[in-house]
Amino acid sequence: MKLTKVLASGLIALASLGVGGSAVASGGESHPYFAVDTANLAGLQRGARDFMAYCSGCHSLKYLRYNRMAADLGIPEASLKAKLMFASDKPSDVIVSAMPATAIDWLGAQPPDLSLTARSRGADWVADYLQSFYLDPSRPLGVNNTVLPGASMPHVLWELQGWQAKVEHHEGAAGEGHGAKPFELVQAGKLSPEEYKKFVGDLTNFLVYAAEPGREHRKAVGWKVLAFLSVFLVLAYMLKKEYWKDVH
Amino acid sequence: MAIVPNPYKTTGFLGWIDDRFPLTKLWKDHLTEYYAPKNFNFWYYFGSLALLVLVNQLITGIVLTMHYKPGAETAFDSVEYIMRDVPWGNVIRYMHSTGASAFFIVVFLHMYRGLLYGSYRKPRELIWVFGALIFLVLMAEAFCGYVLPWGNMSYWGAQVIISLFGTIPVIGPDMVIWIQGDYSPADATLNRLFSLHVIALPFVLVGLVVAHLIALHEVGSNNPDGVEIKKHKDKATGIPLDGIPFHPYYTVKDIVGVTVFLMVFCAIIFWAPDGGGYFLEKPNFTPASAINTPPHITPAWYFGSFYAILRATPPLLGSALPGVIAMFGAVLVIFFVPWLDRSPVKSIRYKGPLFKIALALFTLAFIALSYYGMQPPSATGTLISRIGMAVYFLFFFLMPVYTKMDSYKTEPERVTHEAH
Repeated sequence: MKLTKVLASGLIALASLGVGGSAVASGGESHPYFAVDTANLAGLQRGARDFMAYCSGCHSLKYLRYNRMAADLGIPEASLKAKLMFASDKPSDVIVSAMPATAIDWLGAQPPDLSLTARSRGADWVADYLQSFYLDPSRPLGVNNTVLPGASMPHVLWELQGWQAKVEHHEGAAGEGHGAKPFELVQAGKLSPEEYKKFVGDLTNFLVYAAEPGREHRKAVGWKVLAFLSVFLVLAYMLKKEYWKDVH
Repeated sequence: MAIVPNPYKTTGFLGWIDDRFPLTKLWKDHLTEYYAPKNFNFWYYFGSLALLVLVNQLITGIVLTMHYKPGAETAFDSVEYIMRDVPWGNVIRYMHSTGASAFFIVVFLHMYRGLLYGSYRKPRELIWVFGALIFLVLMAEAFCGYVLPWGNMSYWGAQVIISLFGTIPVIGPDMVIWIQGDYSPADATLNRLFSLHVIALPFVLVGLVVAHLIALHEVGSNNPDGVEIKKHKDKATGIPLDGIPFHPYYTVKDIVGVTVFLMVFCAIIFWAPDGGGYFLEKPNFTPASAINTPPHITPAWYFGSFYAILRATPPLLGSALPGVIAMFGAVLVIFFVPWLDRSPVKSIRYKGPLFKIALALFTLAFIALSYYGMQPPSATGTLISRIGMAVYFLFFFLMPVYTKMDSYKTEPERVTHEAH
């Protein structure tokens, strides 16, 4: 009986590891300014708006349909058509970019589709990447990224973030990794650093949504299923007790 | 012995059927008059749970096959189509992907139960052998399924596993091309793995499960005390004194186990379908690419222990053949357990300290191997894997020795059971 209890608690621990583990696995380090939240519709709507304004020129979301996005994010069709769609698209189309396939010739790389980036790289990676552009004269576009060294992407968001330079931390310098900022802002952008972090948070959450549009729905269904199973467990246990009364 | 139709003399519609097909007989032989020991404990849930997961995989698999399009150009997109455009497609897919991992969890625990209580001992050797075959086919089935989404980990996983055949002397390299149908994993490879995954292997798997159950019902279930309940029968009825009809007693009990299992299973499906990156790996959300190698190719978690053995075995003359032999050996050795155990008793309850220590070390070795099989190669990992591998094989190879030397407690005549 004792062994049973130990094992049962072990299984529960294992299950909670599965649940908790995904939170850890999607990031690694903690991000005080960013937490995945695809339930906040206002944030997702801002993220969608910003994606269409700043990203969709080059990056597609080839697995996401406009009307699916509008339905999930509570965007009225009129606003969708007026503000978020390319004029030539239908609401049932997927979000493709206007970038020609020859972009690789002048950018050095084809801008990747971002439908699944938040799942293949992780949400925290996306948030980090968008904040880690720095001036680097050795690169063709004068900008590099610490998260993806040698990235071909220009710092499209410079107008908002401003330009930052990488701070060289000398070996053995005290405080490395703790509070030591990797970058310093050399030219301020339209947004304050705090506002920019929020902007990146919204954009990242939108990409988390785009990587799995059914995310919030499945979580909501999960509560109903678990509620049903909890009630069912009580009944099943009572039925078992009743039958097993005569086993001595 | 001649077959007498309708031995229970049923009448009416049921009688009409029983005159032609042994419906009542099957029902009684396998459920209402199949007498199982009354002292089953926690460990005895995993057999019925394995059957549940098998049914889950078959049904969700059928639905997924309706929407999945095998082919290097179509597979990845069709999986995303299932995830986004097919109603409830994401839930069906997660049931299937989580089901694969659940299958291994349940089967590992089911096999471990066999080791604990000596369920493989005479006269149950064939039950164990069929079970080991099921495990082997399950591994092949899981590997084929893993490749189907044609994500980048699918691709490189297929590359690594199929290349193992290349280590076979002389015919190996040609064999790899023959298996792949191409010079690298490609469209032809994906289509044949799809065929194996949805037709050949499930067919074999279900057949083996039937054989496993027929063998079980022929000799009767073992129990945590490892004593035969058929030794003490009611003189009037011939029913084992410690046996209770499987239905309704164990059906109602298993419903409780199934519900608890489903609560854990559904919690993962709905709230953590990635399983922390172990059930669905991040690189598999990127389409297969022959030029973009993932930084760290890992096997699925349930192959971790066997992969660790493969990696930890030193190559011979530059060939990884010894590792491949060791890896397959680690699965094959399981088949021989019924003849390796020489204890006079079946259950761990009456076995001595040597067996308990051996089993504890084996358990630790298996967990360590599973862990290091998923880590990037390192000196520590290799060292621990080698120790783990030695323990793994010695557990089996030395079993005839330590089970003979061990001290034992006397088995009870009847099963121990407190009513609760």
